[in-house]
Amino acid sequence: MFGKLSWSAIPLDQPIPLAASLLVAVVICGVLLWVVLKGHVPYLWNEWITSVDHKRIGVMYCLLALVMLLRGFIDALMMRSQQALALHAPGFLPPEHYDQIFSAHGTIMIFFVAMPFVIGLMNFAVPLQLGARDVAFPTLNSVSFWLTAAGAFLVTLSLLIGEFARTGWLPYPPLSELAYSPGVGVDYYLVALQISGVGTLMAGINMVTTILKMRAPGMSYMRMPIFCWTALASNLLIVAAFPILTAVLAMLMLDRYLGFHFFSNEAGGNPMMFMNLIWAWGHPEVYILILPAFGVFSEVVATFCGKPLFGYRSMVAATMAICVISFMVWLHHFFTMGAGGDVNAIFSIMSMVIAVPTGVKIFNWLFTMYGGRIHYSASMLWAVGFMVTFVIGGMTGVLLASAPADFVLHNSLFLVAHFHNVIIGGVLFGAFAGYSYWFPKAFGFGLDERLGKAAFWCWLVGFYIAFMPLYAAGLMGMTRRMQHYDRPEWQPLLLIAAAGALVILCGIGLQVAQLAVSIRTRNQRRDPGGDLWNARTLEWSTASPPPAFNFALVPEVNGLDCYWDTKRSARESGTPEVGQPDYTAIRMPRNSPTGFITAFFAVVTGFSVIWHIWWLVILGLLGAYATFVVFAWRDVSETHVPAAEVARIDGAHRMLRAQTLQRGFS
Amino acid sequence: MNAAALQSSDGAAGSAQGPASKRIIVGYGFWIFLLSDVILFSALFAAYAVLSTATADGPSGRQIFALRNVAVETGCLLASSFTCGLASLAVGQRNGRWTQIALLVTGLLGFTFLALEFREFAGLVARGDGPTRSAFLSAFFTLVGCHGLHVTAGLLWLGTMMAQFLAKGFRQDIRYRFLCFSLFWHALDIIWVAIFSLVYLVGAST
Repeated sequence: MFGKLSWSAIPLDQPIPLAASLLVAVVICGVLLWVVLKGHVPYLWNEWITSVDHKRIGVMYCLLALVMLLRGFIDALMMRSQQALALHAPGFLPPEHYDQIFSAHGTIMIFFVAMPFVIGLMNFAVPLQLGARDVAFPTLNSVSFWLTAAGAFLVTLSLLIGEFARTGWLPYPPLSELAYSPGVGVDYYLVALQISGVGTLMAGINMVTTILKMRAPGMSYMRMPIFCWTALASNLLIVAAFPILTAVLAMLMLDRYLGFHFFSNEAGGNPMMFMNLIWAWGHPEVYILILPAFGVFSEVVATFCGKPLFGYRSMVAATMAICVISFMVWLHHFFTMGAGGDVNAIFSIMSMVIAVPTGVKIFNWLFTMYGGRIHYSASMLWAVGFMVTFVIGGMTGVLLASAPADFVLHNSLFLVAHFHNVIIGGVLFGAFAGYSYWFPKAFGFGLDERLGKAAFWCWLVGFYIAFMPLYAAGLMGMTRRMQHYDRPEWQPLLLIAAAGALVILCGIGLQVAQLAVSIRTRNQRRDPGGDLWNARTLEWSTASPPPAFNFALVPEVNGLDCYWDTKRSARESGTPEVGQPDYTAIRMPRNSPTGFITAFFAVVTGFSVIWHIWWLVILGLLGAYATFVVFAWRDVSETHVPAAEVARIDGAHRMLRAQTLQRGFS
Repeated sequence: MNAAALQSSDGAAGSAQGPASKRIIVGYGFWIFLLSDVILFSALFAAYAVLSTATADGPSGRQIFALRNVAVETGCLLASSFTCGLASLAVGQRNGRWTQIALLVTGLLGFTFLALEFREFAGLVARGDGPTRSAFLSAFFTLVGCHGLHVTAGLLWLGTMMAQFLAKGFRQDIRYRFLCFSLFWHALDIIWVAIFSLVYLVGAST
């Protein structure tokens, strides 16, 4: 009846996961209870859960990322403390639990923190920057988000019911085959990633279509803000790479569920094919993450230096070059597999070549700052911190790209330090820069700058304390994922690293405080003009928060940085806006619970696949199909915002904007 | 930025004229989805290419591929694409009866294809040459079966399309959906041509 599921699936004998999962359950139930008791359910349902507004969905993506960041960071703290303690000792985490923690940490941080964070920022900002009213397929956008959330939910559920994979964040066979991983851990991993992967693919398709087909009149490719370019590159990579992930995870599932022999050790299976396929997705994936971060930095640096971005065209060229070359370097993840000297040499050279366009970008940012009037806001601090940190990570990356050196460094802590160097120093700093940059646009009030800067310094200093020792430990021969060790000379380094993690913890605490303080004091932080940073691109021309339709009138674009030009010409002529525009009614997509319901059935189906409850799988699939039919049957898919309403909303904003501009003149 | 009211006109293709029309956006987005689907299949093709000689003392393609059966399957699928094209013409003329007839024939041909494929698979499994026999057979069943799953999904979609035309008529959004469906159905043909050539023809001759 219930497949493999029984009471023994709940880890009553393991206090740490049990306590952790109960804590999560209490927090979730507490939040739900608070929502119900305070009567927020209708608001949440109507305004957020069923919303197809790209801005709301973007905010929810970022919120998911922040929540999962806490979970992934707790895993990191546990690993750091385990390794700090485990010299000649078992530490406090038994091996099978420790293995789950490092697997969950990597999986969560990549798929449920970094991915939703950058997708959330793109979802929020790209249509606004393009002068569009929404993304190309608003309901599909909601489905994408909720599928990602469904994957995150399943990963979290594995704490309480069953276990998570013990195979690392990429489940290399034959270890991940049924013979060596008989539990449900790998199945949780596979199912959660399949579900969220489909969501990501749909998000990518949506965003590519939006950028290529929905730009405001006059916005030619060479007038697109650079963040839109990086979003385009990133989403093209999603469309090209995520199907490979879907295929390779499906093959592993077939191996595990039906006894196929794709990656098994017998009957001709080929485990090395898994490495090739997973990294054919996995290497583009790191550029999917970093390119939007590059875009954020470009916007932030131009805005806070008060200058147009230096070398816009070379920035575009570098972005697209990275987009293409990122598909030609995957083999550097397994130089040691023995593909031979020639193959290794080609991939080694390609990996070094990709550093060139990245270097171009760094110089562009530096030249943008050169001679600029730099305002060191929190966003700008993240950008500068990124430039320094990412260059270090890039250089250790070029070291690793050299195949002979990689034979020494492969799977060592040097590698771990390298990819944290680029992912924290690049992707995460970029996400935080974007978070503090666009927060006032999303909510109409700015974040507390003092706490934001303090959080930045904790993160930056903590990062260096936590990861520079790992480079050294790696060079001293310490491999990754060690539950215990017997080399006393490693321990001081690991103790320093653990201290660094605590400094980062302070940074996270300050960020939580920043959010809480900013919300509490939001009335003093209002930004009536909608352009808090005196920025350059279209999203700042509308109100903060923008109305559901983004722009009362579709803007006409006459050049790069077009809002900057508008402001300048208004300043020169002395009159911010002339005449009363001619408003028309606006058609907007109607909210729909389709995304939420689809995700519900995805969770039901996924959970029952993991536990082999086949009748429930069938029910879940039928439910999903029924949802699809009901959605297809709807008669009214759009609502009208009447012209008078548009005029009312926009009139108020125009007045406030004019006042702000006027103040700028004097 | 001189704000000007600009309603998106039908046929506008983006950039200078502003956002493209709904029809273009829907079709374009679906093309991108189809491209991603092709990449999914290319991963399966790559796996098949790697494993096609890993027969583990089991049968090779030459021993199990029955080209006559495959030829009939191919005929069914290509003919169904033709009738799907007829359905597009009928939709263009708002002809309800011919739309239903053409779609029904498309569905029946698709179903025949699936039945033939199922018979081939069932025969192989009954002889002990199922997907668990060797890595080659795993890759073969997965690649061809994934196409079969797509056809199954296409049939479900086709049934829903027919019901929508019956219940709602030739409404604009339903015609856009049908545009996507026909793109999907033709794309399955292209993938089948690749399977037919690279799996069956090459496999039977080497």
